[in-house]
Amino acid sequence: MTAAWTVVALVGLATVAIKASGPLLLGGRDLPPRAMRAMRLLAPALLAALVVTQSVVSGGRLVLDERSLGLAAAFVALLLRAPTLLVVVVAAVTTAVARLAI
Amino acid sequence: MADGVAAPGGHGATSGPRDPTYRDGARAAIPFAVAVAGFGLTFGALARTVDMGPVAVVVMSATTFAGSAQFAAVSVLAEGSVAAAVAAAILLNARYVPMGIASASAIAGPWWRRLLVGQLVVDESWAIAHRGDGTFDRRRLIGAGAVLYVAWVVSTAVGALGAGLLGDPRRLGLDAAFPALFLALMWPQVRDRRAAAAAVLGAAIAVAASPFTPPGVPIVAASVAALVGLRR
Repeated sequence: MTAAWTVVALVGLATVAIKASGPLLLGGRDLPPRAMRAMRLLAPALLAALVVTQSVVSGGRLVLDERSLGLAAAFVALLLRAPTLLVVVVAAVTTAVARLAI
Repeated sequence: MADGVAAPGGHGATSGPRDPTYRDGARAAIPFAVAVAGFGLTFGALARTVDMGPVAVVVMSATTFAGSAQFAAVSVLAEGSVAAAVAAAILLNARYVPMGIASASAIAGPWWRRLLVGQLVVDESWAIAHRGDGTFDRRRLIGAGAVLYVAWVVSTAVGALGAGLLGDPRRLGLDAAFPALFLALMWPQVRDRRAAAAAVLGAAIAVAASPFTPPGVPIVAASVAALVGLRR
């Protein structure tokens, strides 16, 4: 099994189990409120980690490169309330143009 | 999925004496389905660049059906670590545990039906099904979830098959599309101070861990930041 298929199989199985867990096991019951709050914070913490590791980290070091410029442009687009798809396009175009220019 | 772009749900436009139908859910999901298809095209094309065949790409979309986790898994896999790719995807999908619990009352029937309908819960369908008072509508959930599911699977298939037409994704700046997408997904989720603190802490942990750990591990380590939610 290749690395890609291993990831596909494991992520698929895990996600099916995660999504089924609430409806199958817990019915209408709730988690304790504090546990629920921690669960909700997982997404912002992980997304922020993904943002920095893919924009200002390269080979384990902090670097500013064309991707960082693209991310800065995306940040401005978000401040201007651009729709998600446009934000992504702005980042890609900025990075592509910066690569041509630098 | 374009997690986080979801608008508040509720059935305001369709409320009245009649109950919401599957069609109401499907119709509410159409604007999201358009955005989702854009990400699906991108995901399909990008997954091909990490040596994932078109069949694997489509199987992943059909079984996982969670955009940000799929993007994360593929981008971490591109750095070479299978275990970190799987862990990052699982941690990103962990929010579907509380979301599944919250909407569980709307998902009734035999175990196999609850299992299948549970798969249709994504950020957008969950928000569309939310009545605004903490309860959820089963028909809107299924209608919206089905439309988003088809949009996601079909668009990733098209993206995966058309990947060769894109050429080098770096030349097009597509490597910068990943962090921009994650930033956009995070944006609506950091409105309150606690979530913003978790995001900042998560980013700091990831940067601090990067020089000392294999790729992917910094992202998993960042999950520790969610523990600020345990504080009163």
